Amino acid sequence: MTSQDIPNKEILVDMYKKSVLAKINDENARRVIMNGSLPMIYYSPRGQEIIPAAVSVNLSDEDTICTIYRGMHDMVCKGVPLSELWGEYAGKATGTCKGKGGPMHITHPSSGCMLTTGIVGSSLPIANGLALSYQIRKENKVCVAYFGDAASNIGAFHEALNMASIWKLPVVFVCQNNRYGEHTKFEKATAVTKISDRAAAYDMPGIHVDGNDPVAMYQAAKTAIDRARNGDGPTLIEAMTFRFFGHVFGDQDGYMDKGEKAQAMAEDPVPKFRAWLIEQDYSSEQELAEYEAAVDKEVKSAIANALAAPWPDMDELNIDVLAAAQ
Amino acid sequence: MESTNRQITTVEALNSAMADAMAFDDNIIVLGEDVADPEEGGVAGVTHGLSTKFGDHRVRSTPISEQAIVGAGIGSAMAGMRPIVEIMMMNFATVAMDMIVNHAAKLRFMSGGQTQVPLTIRMATGAGLSTAGQHADYLEAWFAHTSGLKIVTYSSPAEAYGLLQSCIFDNDPCIFIENFLAYAQKGDAPEKNLRIPLGKANIVRPGKDLTVVCYGPQVGVALAVAEKFSGEGIEIEVVDLRTISPWDKETVLASVKKTGRLIINHEAVRAFGVGAEIAAVVQEELWGQLISPVRRVGAPSCPVPYSRPLELAFMSSEQDLEREVRKTLE
Repeated sequence: MTSQDIPNKEILVDMYKKSVLAKINDENARRVIMNGSLPMIYYSPRGQEIIPAAVSVNLSDEDTICTIYRGMHDMVCKGVPLSELWGEYAGKATGTCKGKGGPMHITHPSSGCMLTTGIVGSSLPIANGLALSYQIRKENKVCVAYFGDAASNIGAFHEALNMASIWKLPVVFVCQNNRYGEHTKFEKATAVTKISDRAAAYDMPGIHVDGNDPVAMYQAAKTAIDRARNGDGPTLIEAMTFRFFGHVFGDQDGYMDKGEKAQAMAEDPVPKFRAWLIEQDYSSEQELAEYEAAVDKEVKSAIANALAAPWPDMDELNIDVLAAAQ
Repeated sequence: MESTNRQITTVEALNSAMADAMAFDDNIIVLGEDVADPEEGGVAGVTHGLSTKFGDHRVRSTPISEQAIVGAGIGSAMAGMRPIVEIMMMNFATVAMDMIVNHAAKLRFMSGGQTQVPLTIRMATGAGLSTAGQHADYLEAWFAHTSGLKIVTYSSPAEAYGLLQSCIFDNDPCIFIENFLAYAQKGDAPEKNLRIPLGKANIVRPGKDLTVVCYGPQVGVALAVAEKFSGEGIEIEVVDLRTISPWDKETVLASVKKTGRLIINHEAVRAFGVGAEIAAVVQEELWGQLISPVRRVGAPSCPVPYSRPLELAFMSSEQDLEREVRKTLE
């Protein structure tokens, strides 16, 4: 790693702001579920925020992502607006998808969020297709496919990595290894100790990185995204992390070892990153506190607006099923 | 339909539909197993010549990876291209059902219209070549049961050309069903750039006594049976659906209103098939105007068998349709 790969102060602060935006948004999501004002099926990405923050600061506005049901952090780091995100969470007409997709299926192409899938592994083959179009049209764009550790055991992962490699597609595969697939431990379900080792089978670089380490994660993302953009093909990144609130928010974590979660939460990467930025004098307590307060206010306002927004018209059942007559 | 008298095969018609569309629009690409010329342009040669003409960046032989093939089609379609994906055999689409059913079909609705998937998935099938139960199923009812897909098939080379062109330029994902046995069938060449509208059935032969609704090679079967009954003074109206879903209710209901009798004839297994849906809608709409019960001709409830006599018995034949016509006329 050369010194120029170490992000400058502005990038690091931007990364932190992205990660804390996801953290604050998640805290509010859990709050409105718990207080009953907005019940929804919610897959909390709390604990995994550094990964998409580091990826997103390496992406342009024109680059795209395909993510999964546990993907709120990926979305807000890429720029999906909170008002429309919350409109969709509430199932309202003001949502990204007019209330027809819901939390597991947020789409917002103008910020580059092309797909959120509820099917494990399905972000990868579709990300390939987006990347294929960039390659054929000679557009200087990259698509990132986000997915979890369990997706590396489904056929779509293997088919997609192979195809991306033979065609040198401008795609980056970012596996967020949070150590559980639903309720099953990663080691019990996966034949390799490192998912990044699977890259070798498809003749592409495999990067194993601590996804909770901002600098290491930034360097991994930059290396892979630069490689894709330069036409050198795909990379598989395995970013090690942990999810703090189980598979679906509300599960009782009975399948986890006692203490495992507490230990991970004690090493919460977002406040750790915050403390480091202040310690290095890259930012100040005041700057960050002001930003966090502003974000929290914006999230609460987005929630209030979403709750007050109208439901979709009943006509929506018949709209967007097929294209309007051409 | 206007046409010249030049005769072409179905393979030639499909090939020229793609070639003419690709010459017209750079966004059209072809992906599939063996589709490029070094791999002989597909197992039946339907894509022969396209990679040579349009380049191997636009016409790509793929690994045998149906999920990745359809996924690449979906993603590139979302980015504004018009991919044509070949799934060699309709049964192989089962490997890619997540991509087709959960994604291609639903992304327009689930994104609130922000994304669309103008993708054509060509797939061949059909009994009669002794390929048995994993290479010959007609699975159109599976796809028709999922909203967001258009399911299209053809009854002649010119129809194949015009309907495939329409699928390629349509903004929805289209399942385009080809019949292996009928690839060599010859017919009048279509006019260049003919596009046959989707969602519109075609009255291939008018009649006043009984309606037969059919599609694909069964249109030929129905026409032969209609000709035979004409000699007996019975005039059968043959309606080629062309688009299986969404189907042209207006044309079918108008025809049955006129004739009072309906048989739906398809090669797919009869139980839970497309015929059941059409029969249900017709009885809901025309109860009291029907002279006899709506009947269906289709395959028995078993996998496509290998042995020649079993396979012939499995396939919907002229004799099967004739028998049902006589029952309906009683």
